[in-house]
Amino acid sequence: MRLNRRMTATVATAAVLGLTLAACGGGDTGGDNGGEGGGSQVEVFTWWAAGSEKAGLDALVGEFEKQHPDIEFVNGAVAGGAGSAAKDLLQTRLQAQDPPDTFQAHAGMELQDYIDAAQIEDVSDLYDEFGLTDAFPADLVDRLSSDDGAIYSIPSNIHRANVVWANPTVLEENDIDPAAEYADLDAWIADLEKLDAAGVTPLSVGTTWTQVHLLETVLLASLGAEAYNGLWDGSTDWEGAEVTAALENFETLMGFTNDDRDGLDWPEATQMVIDGGAAFNVMGDWAVAAFEEQDKALGTDFTAAPVPGTDGTFDFLADSFTLPVGAPHPDGAKAWLETVGSLEGQVAFNQAKGSIPARTDADPADFSEYQQTAIESFANDTIVSSLAHGAATPVATLNAVSDATSKFTTGASDLAGFQSELAAAAQG
Amino acid sequence: MLNTLRRLGPPLLLLAPSLILVGVFVYGLIAANFSTSFRDDHTAATATGQEPAAFVWFTNYLDLLASEDFQHSLMNLVLYTVVFLAGTMVMGFLWAWMLEKPVKGEGLFRSVYLFPMAVSFVASGVVWRWLLNSNQDEQASGLNRLFQMVGLDALQNNWWNNVTFGIIAIAIPAIWQLSGYVMALFLAGFRGIPNELREAARMDGASEWKLYRHVLFPQLSPVALSALIIIGHMSLKAFDLIMSISKPANYQTKVPAVDMFVFKSSFDYANAAAVGSILLIIVALVIVPYLIRTNREEKR
Repeated sequence: MRLNRRMTATVATAAVLGLTLAACGGGDTGGDNGGEGGGSQVEVFTWWAAGSEKAGLDALVGEFEKQHPDIEFVNGAVAGGAGSAAKDLLQTRLQAQDPPDTFQAHAGMELQDYIDAAQIEDVSDLYDEFGLTDAFPADLVDRLSSDDGAIYSIPSNIHRANVVWANPTVLEENDIDPAAEYADLDAWIADLEKLDAAGVTPLSVGTTWTQVHLLETVLLASLGAEAYNGLWDGSTDWEGAEVTAALENFETLMGFTNDDRDGLDWPEATQMVIDGGAAFNVMGDWAVAAFEEQDKALGTDFTAAPVPGTDGTFDFLADSFTLPVGAPHPDGAKAWLETVGSLEGQVAFNQAKGSIPARTDADPADFSEYQQTAIESFANDTIVSSLAHGAATPVATLNAVSDATSKFTTGASDLAGFQSELAAAAQG
Repeated sequence: MLNTLRRLGPPLLLLAPSLILVGVFVYGLIAANFSTSFRDDHTAATATGQEPAAFVWFTNYLDLLASEDFQHSLMNLVLYTVVFLAGTMVMGFLWAWMLEKPVKGEGLFRSVYLFPMAVSFVASGVVWRWLLNSNQDEQASGLNRLFQMVGLDALQNNWWNNVTFGIIAIAIPAIWQLSGYVMALFLAGFRGIPNELREAARMDGASEWKLYRHVLFPQLSPVALSALIIIGHMSLKAFDLIMSISKPANYQTKVPAVDMFVFKSSFDYANAAAVGSILLIIVALVIVPYLIRTNREEKR
């Protein structure tokens, strides 16, 4: 009997140990799906899992399969949290040295952390190989290159951040000309005051990142493109009087916004303009999809214009693809990057996603009415980098700016405190 | 020697897997967390070893505790915990006290009060985000609209968007969800008190208040303590409810757990680890005395 019990115990232990080992083993083989076969496949890591983004990715994959029929596309899309779930997982995978073959990231300074950590490769030789240096606007290549000329990603599409959307019906009801072009913020603020007095929400905004988005367009409008760029390379003084004036404008504009802003994301804030609950909304040009989905026509049901004071400037952000260090299938990744940079790939992707190609040789006639205006501006305007979308600063700086902005707009800091916190954030 | 091995061997062998797993995945990782928090590891480059990270001991902790923003987070945590604890204890006790007397439909009420606990914080957070909408007057919705409909316009407020007390609004759904659990604990406590004790007290001429004060409350105090500890440590770890009602970047609802998340997404692993350690220490300050006490009582 006694022996029996001991026997049971030993068997049980062995069983538990066995299960544990099996579980570990399962994890190992699961993580490395199909390592054999060299360059015959490519795992593309994105957060494009739904809506127009998914449609865009599908179109791009269709083009990829046409250009590289011998390479199998493995979809590594991770849904959730507007990309935050994907970024979390990516951080973990890169740390564990288990990178995907290529991953999506905002072009520009958001890549700096990966560069510093030696997790992604310089792809400037691919720019030469694929002839991208001449196909992209010089301004853009300049903004993407680091000081020593290295470029770490290939943009697939371009969005414009400095766009103000308006509901012409609401404007007309309050005796404001919807076709008016505002020369600067002051002229715009005068009309916003009129709307405010009439009891309409003049300007809708959402949670912190949309407030940072508004802040960046206000900085751009007040300082101009050159001084705005100087904010990111240190040549413009964050503590200066010019920035104070810009922040005063921001404070005025925030005074015209809805009270429930911190609980809303951008679709809800833009919806306020669509429904006539608010007159204006400042949001990137992905918002055009929200209007179009509800059968609203540009010009009659809604208008789009550069944020007052930023005409002639294109505040850009871009999705791009990288080549991680130690990618299991570098040849597959290079083939994917070739398709991403190619004219056909960019046209197919952007027609579906609603953004515009980074290449200047695409035919505007292939695109929608709003996209055509954006393509024209992108070709002719001064291009500056977006703060809220990772083009202008590394992630840590953006997070510090967001914290300072949220503190200011909830009333926990005054203008002077806000300005010094922004200065500290920009210093890193 | 052989005898000792024979006596201790099988139990040790049986315990070994869990000991090893707990050792590696709980205590090992706590140690790793502390070691990260003692280093100058604030960027992706230092985290991957591209740049050296020096040992700075408590600098990260001191910087954190000195920063106004982290103090704000701690203050929020204190406010949230106090309101959450007081709310659940009071509501839970009241419900248990009412159900303790023989009531018609007791089972129904018990389920109704206990049900919210079955809902995940994330799901209820989404609904409460609508209810706690901060628009007022013409644009009001959610609870503010309800106040208007019943003529209590003066009660409208901006809920969690108040910069000092906003966090208390987030305690409301938490209280709603966990009061039922505290009720169940107290109800079990009440049922565990033998009827003879009450009868004896009444025989001795105790008034109803004295009966509660001197007979029932002392019997309920271990239950109350367990409830306090359980709710208290849940409150200190509050994260999901805040994330689904508010957003991580919103200053008014920051708590240390949210700071930890934001630091981690900024590649600032040292500060994220330091915040984690501070949270662990605060929870330990609550739990450890309780464990010691329970341990002593069990030995007795």
